Amino acid sequence: MYRILKKEVLSDVTKLMEVQAPHVARKARAGQFIIVRIDEQGERIPLTIADYNREAGAITIIFQEVGKSTMQLGKMEPGDELSSFAGPLGHPTDIENYGTIVCVGGGVGIAPIYPIARSLKEAGNTVISIIGARNKSLLFWEEKMRAVSDELIVCTDDGSHGRKSLVTEPLKELLEDKDRKVARVWAIGPAIMMKFVSLATKPYDVPTTVSLNTIMIDGTGMCGGCRVLLDSGAQFVCVDGPEFDAHKVDWGSLLSRLQFYRDEERKAVEQWEHKCKLEGAIAEGGK
Amino acid sequence: MAELSQKERMKIKRHDMPNQDQFVRRGNYDEVALGYSLETAREEAERCIQCKEPKCVQGCPVGVLIPQFIKALREGDMIKAVEWMKVKNNLPAICGRVCPQETQCEGNCILRKKGEPVAIGRLERFVGDYELAHRTCPLEKAPLTGKKVAVVGSGPAGITCAVDLGREGHKVTLFESLHGPGGVLVYGIPEFRLPKSVVFGEINYAVECLGIEIKVDHVIGRTFTLDELLNEYDAVFLGTGAGLPSFMRIPGINLNGVMSANEFLTRVNLMKGYLFPEYDTPVKVGKKVAVIGAGNVAMDSVRCSLRLQALQAQKSGENSGEVHMVYRRSRAEVPAREEEFHHAEEEGVIFDFLTNPLEILGDEKGNVRGMRCIRMQLGEPDKSGRRSPIPIEGSEFEMEVDTVIMALGTSPNPLVFVDAEGLERTKYGTAVADNETGRTKKPRVWAGGDVVTGAATVISAMGAGKRAATDISRFLKGEAPW
Ligand SMILES: Cc1cc2nc3c(=O)[nH]c(=O)nc-3n(C[C@H](O)[C@H](O)[C@H](O)COP(=O)(O)OP(=O)(O)OC[C@H]3O[C@@H](n4cnc5c(N)ncnc54)[C@H](O)[C@@H]3O)c2cc1C
Ligand SMILES: Cc1cc2nc3c(=O)[nH]c(=O)nc-3n(C[C@H](O)[C@H](O)[C@H](O)COP(=O)(O)OP(=O)(O)OC[C@H]3O[C@@H](n4cnc5c(N)ncnc54)[C@H](O)[C@@H]3O)c2cc1C
Ligand code: SF4
Ligand code: SF4
Ligand code: FES
Repeated sequence: MYRILKKEVLSDVTKLMEVQAPHVARKARAGQFIIVRIDEQGERIPLTIADYNREAGAITIIFQEVGKSTMQLGKMEPGDELSSFAGPLGHPTDIENYGTIVCVGGGVGIAPIYPIARSLKEAGNTVISIIGARNKSLLFWEEKMRAVSDELIVCTDDGSHGRKSLVTEPLKELLEDKDRKVARVWAIGPAIMMKFVSLATKPYDVPTTVSLNTIMIDGTGMCGGCRVLLDSGAQFVCVDGPEFDAHKVDWGSLLSRLQFYRDEERKAVEQWEHKCKLEGAIAEGGK
Repeated sequence: MAELSQKERMKIKRHDMPNQDQFVRRGNYDEVALGYSLETAREEAERCIQCKEPKCVQGCPVGVLIPQFIKALREGDMIKAVEWMKVKNNLPAICGRVCPQETQCEGNCILRKKGEPVAIGRLERFVGDYELAHRTCPLEKAPLTGKKVAVVGSGPAGITCAVDLGREGHKVTLFESLHGPGGVLVYGIPEFRLPKSVVFGEINYAVECLGIEIKVDHVIGRTFTLDELLNEYDAVFLGTGAGLPSFMRIPGINLNGVMSANEFLTRVNLMKGYLFPEYDTPVKVGKKVAVIGAGNVAMDSVRCSLRLQALQAQKSGENSGEVHMVYRRSRAEVPAREEEFHHAEEEGVIFDFLTNPLEILGDEKGNVRGMRCIRMQLGEPDKSGRRSPIPIEGSEFEMEVDTVIMALGTSPNPLVFVDAEGLERTKYGTAVADNETGRTKKPRVWAGGDVVTGAATVISAMGAGKRAATDISRFLKGEAPW
């Protein structure tokens, strides 16, 4: 069992937790992920390692409540325990001094882009970061991102904070700007955002790395459920990735595969909300 | 019972295994084969003519002392029967259920030529179940040696190796990447063929009696590397199996509705997807499922599909659908256990022999809508002696399906080889290890089971774990230096 040490509410649907998992913390690096299972009935869900503390043996995760498992996790509190916590999984990010880098984080993708931006900065790169979300209330870690970036651009879809635009707009401007000489782009966020970042950088031939969030089960290369089509054939995101060259990814197939269990996921949420309501009602009645 | 003459023994007919009704069982995951009663077991045991040179034993990969345990059983001495069994086989309740007996012990039984072999597997299961229920055979432990061994992987190879080392007094830690121990016995083989309580019963017993520590959620190659383990432990045994699935190299494999048998079976068995939404992991099949392959893995996939369809139909009130098994060779070459084939047939699987998919076809949403296949014929036997399938030109046809499950064999998962310099591998990805001792090319590292042989059987993995444990113990005592 793995104890939750700390919880922070970053937005209505975005939460941060620090979890006691010394076996993961001793080796964790930027770009890697863990697989968590809440309880005996739980599914195995992948979450990026947003930060780690080797001395304290703790791992920070940040998640957005999009379905039953993440909603249930969001209701847990410090002191509660998680049934499984396996990792660190996947390849760490290749950190080098490339020159000028643009790091794009969309929505909950801000969390995993942060340690990457920090490491790139430490390695001597000039780091320009773009973070974006649908609206102001979904944004988090603006100051943390600013601290590890030479320049930070903040966007919201509705203009409630920062610039009113999608993250791809400022990205295109940076790529257009001949003086900037953007050497590489990192992008993490919803699959659809990563697809459009990929389309944006392609004409400029700027190498672009994305961290793919396919559906996973074991996370150790055993099931192939996480497979993604690259122009060289199928690869497993959990062991060959999670980072890939964005220009080689078959985005159509990736987006379609993410939808496969949508009806079941909806049913799980309905059932879960119903159960929460019932328990709420019982608690009310007991008062 | 009075002593029977050989002739009388050979007149007794082989006893059928009582099974759950073939129509009822399609709608549940309960065990299909219900097991012999004590009376039936003893009567079946009477059939063995106690050969002086028992051929059956030669057919068993670990040489179970078959005539001895059968004799004790028919004399009603269950304690003795268990003792004889455990000389060679730590997991009889499991092997009795899943060994391909028809090609091993029973395939060699002298009575096979004259009719039907002694039902050795069913008797073995009976003895194993008796032991699970009564625990007549305490796991004795030698005094502590102060040596530490890491066993990686908790399938039959790893469990057997850990238990034998624990008995010798070594301190054993078992590392497992998944959230629970058992390997294929838990994530692959379904409940209706091997109840998980049997597997956990064996594992818990070993842990409690021998103090073996199990560390789940530890992925060796990531959480720790092999070299890091070697810094902490005196010896390391790798029993990491062959869990990497292969996909056919045909167009359409990334469509929605195409999955590996490993994914499908893991969702169903390990994650209990058939109990969704009480359990969180979804699993679904369509109305027309095609499983490619005909080994045990394919057989488990068709039978799980049938059950899922029946459960879905119970909820929706619609008809349940069809499950096809698509195999490029013919009935005679089916590699699965005979009993499973028979059960699948009873449960209503449709077999498409001599058929090979060329392409999986999708609709505009990226979901599977069909398969383009070609008919095959069998040519001359190849090097392995099997008749190789050859496509019949012009015989292409389309098959309407909405789910495709690939059960095409697996190879060793490469993660454990990460940062393990000197651990040699073959071009098939298997670890190079000595067949007798299990020693790899890397000092203080042993390996056995599917990681060495490629996908094989439970009993051969167990045997390899046992042989390696013997050698590891000798090494640790200084009797057999590296
Ligand atoms: C390597 C990796 C790292 C990840 N890191 C993070 C992270 O740091 N923070 C975070 O919030 N999420 C992360 N994800 C996504 C996260 O795993 C899913 O959001 C989670 O599994 C959803 O579970 P659920 O039961 O709450 O929702 P579900 O009911 O399973 O799904 C709800 C919705 O989310 C979509 N979805 C399902 N699974 C995934 C998935 N794996 N990725 C994206 N969308 C999915 C579904 O299509 C559906 O629309 C990561 C995924 C991967 C593969
Ligand atoms: C669906 C199916 C049905 C089968 N049916 C039969 C049958 O009827 N009869 C029969 O005899 N055989 C059958 N087999 C084959 C049999 O199950 C295997 O040959 C046997 O389980 C191999 O045992 P093993 O101990 O070598 O490996 P496994 O049982 O595969 O166990 C390996 C374990 O190691 C773990 N592991 C892998 N990598 C790592 C790592 N890096 N770090 C930590 N842990 C790791 C895995 O998670 C797994 O738990 C079947 C196989 C399948 C898949
Ligand atoms: S272990 Fe398997 S092959 Fe050996 S006797 Fe038992 S059932 Fe037969
Ligand atoms: S070969 Fe058959 S009859 Fe002979 S000892 Fe073995 S089980 Fe008995
Ligand atoms: S999640 Fe199973 S292979 Fe990647």
